[in-house]
Amino acid sequence: MTIQAEYLGMPLRLDDQDHENRAYFGLCARHSFHLQRCDACGLVRYPPGTACPWCGDPRAEWVPVAGRGTVHSYTEVHHAIHPGFREAAPYLVLLVELDTQRSQPTEHEAIRVLGNLVTPDGVLAPPEMVRKVGIGSRVRMVFTDVAQDIALPQWALDEEAPQPDRPWRYPSG
Amino acid sequence: MTPSERKGERMPLSAETDTTTPRHLRDKYAIVGVGETKYSRGSGLTTRALATWAIRNAMEDAGLRPGDVDGLLSYQYGSDSTPSTFVAGDLGIRPNFFMDVHGGGSTTEALIGMAMGVIEAGMCRTVAIYRAFNGYSQVRIGGTGVRAAIPVVGDALHGRPYGWESPGQWFAPSFMRHMHDYGTTPEQVAMVKVIHSEHASNNPKALYPKRVTVEDVLSSRMICTPLHLLDCCVETDSGTCIIVTRADRARDCRHVPALIRATVGRCCKPRIDMHYQAGPISTVAAKYAREILWPNADVGPEEIDVTGSYDAFTFTTLMQLEDYGFCAKGEGGAYVSDGTMRLSGKRPNNTSGGHLCEGYTHGINMVIENVRQLRHDADDSCPVGADGKRIHTHDYREGGCRQVRDVELTANLGWANPGTGSALVMRRG
Repeated sequence: MTIQAEYLGMPLRLDDQDHENRAYFGLCARHSFHLQRCDACGLVRYPPGTACPWCGDPRAEWVPVAGRGTVHSYTEVHHAIHPGFREAAPYLVLLVELDTQRSQPTEHEAIRVLGNLVTPDGVLAPPEMVRKVGIGSRVRMVFTDVAQDIALPQWALDEEAPQPDRPWRYPSG
Repeated sequence: MTPSERKGERMPLSAETDTTTPRHLRDKYAIVGVGETKYSRGSGLTTRALATWAIRNAMEDAGLRPGDVDGLLSYQYGSDSTPSTFVAGDLGIRPNFFMDVHGGGSTTEALIGMAMGVIEAGMCRTVAIYRAFNGYSQVRIGGTGVRAAIPVVGDALHGRPYGWESPGQWFAPSFMRHMHDYGTTPEQVAMVKVIHSEHASNNPKALYPKRVTVEDVLSSRMICTPLHLLDCCVETDSGTCIIVTRADRARDCRHVPALIRATVGRCCKPRIDMHYQAGPISTVAAKYAREILWPNADVGPEEIDVTGSYDAFTFTTLMQLEDYGFCAKGEGGAYVSDGTMRLSGKRPNNTSGGHLCEGYTHGINMVIENVRQLRHDADDSCPVGADGKRIHTHDYREGGCRQVRDVELTANLGWANPGTGSALVMRRG
């Protein structure tokens, strides 16, 4: 059955045929981050897909992956497009490079997972928190519950990890 | 000798590059007609009317009648246009071939290559390529208006729920990482808008002909870092058209033909799924496209007189010029801000004002402009002589000339996103 939900006024839908995304978001709903690991070459991939982007093998299993990483790049959104995000602006969209599988299979490749900067309980971060985070910041994954079978993986500052003295931020930002 | 050997250290190309265009197609096809409607924010016309008028204008420009055009190619982004079948009827064209494809930025150059292919295959003789959309008054890009209510499904579930849903937001991680990796500054990037606005001030068709300063750009409101309002192009209503035919037929047309030396169509980086899995993310598809473009064109960037680099944002122009090899990697900030791109500079870019100032068309207007530059007949405010051609003064002050001297070779660099790009090199016939 189609899974429908709403997040910040944005309608989300997981179709019956979309097995990969149903499995992925279902695991997220249990606050457990999993990715597909290729049976043939052993690499995990993101986002979920039908076959391995490196070797093309369709066989894979869902394996737990540590939700920790470093901000590789970001944008601070001041002009929100969707009405539901306007109140939260400025908000951060983070591109986070996971510690798992860094520089694999080649030097500049990595698993880079998108998400917002959120508070530990999954709410879009307030301005004073937004100002602290930039390229190099260490973050850990948390989840924003949306519906019974959908949660969104998100990023919160990792309080246990050493942080850079000054993460790189847009000059006047 | 390959262009890479001729250019030595300037152009780091691999000599063994496999290319996709047989060498014998080089200069075998030409753009013979260009046309457009007014660039506006509120055309008051259907996309069918915009397409019809743009093609009529291009046929008139080429000196062709409806019976001379028997192929149509168009592109649209999310059903924002009118298909060829309706437009053909309004023009009295009986197509031997037509195709309406999905595509936004970088589609123009790809369709020019496809037009060459279908003519080469004997499917038709002459192809009109058009783009017609009310990009401001009907279907806007991004997630505004009607698009905000459409459910997010499938692959989009990994982006849009994060408020990551417009081209500026999608591309920003590449732009920011470029600043981080190479020290590119906001002031350097703003110069793209400054220079394109200078060019637009000499283009009577431009939607935004007013010259702006670096301070104007940096003090305009922030949209999403690193993009201020004036770093972004302007959503526009317009119809635009290019007519492609074989070079031997082009001699019967009204203008000096713009010969097509090489095209690249929607060449991609690895992992073209917009999630930046394959780095460096401060490098764009041009790195791959250039290995097809320059060997096929048999020239290198150093020989190009005028560039047309897709400027949906200031930063897209910078990254493409850099990764096509017009400067060394990481030096795009210096290249776009040192005056090289000015009308009076060594290699002017977007002489019409481009997407940032003339109007947003998903790339086709920069090709139209380069065709006019190659004819040595940019439609500026210079006086028109007895032969009907403008007498260009090459005085590039505000309101003046925008024809570059002695243009022989142009390059168009089309951008869909950081991972996909197209390109086109043309030569004066």
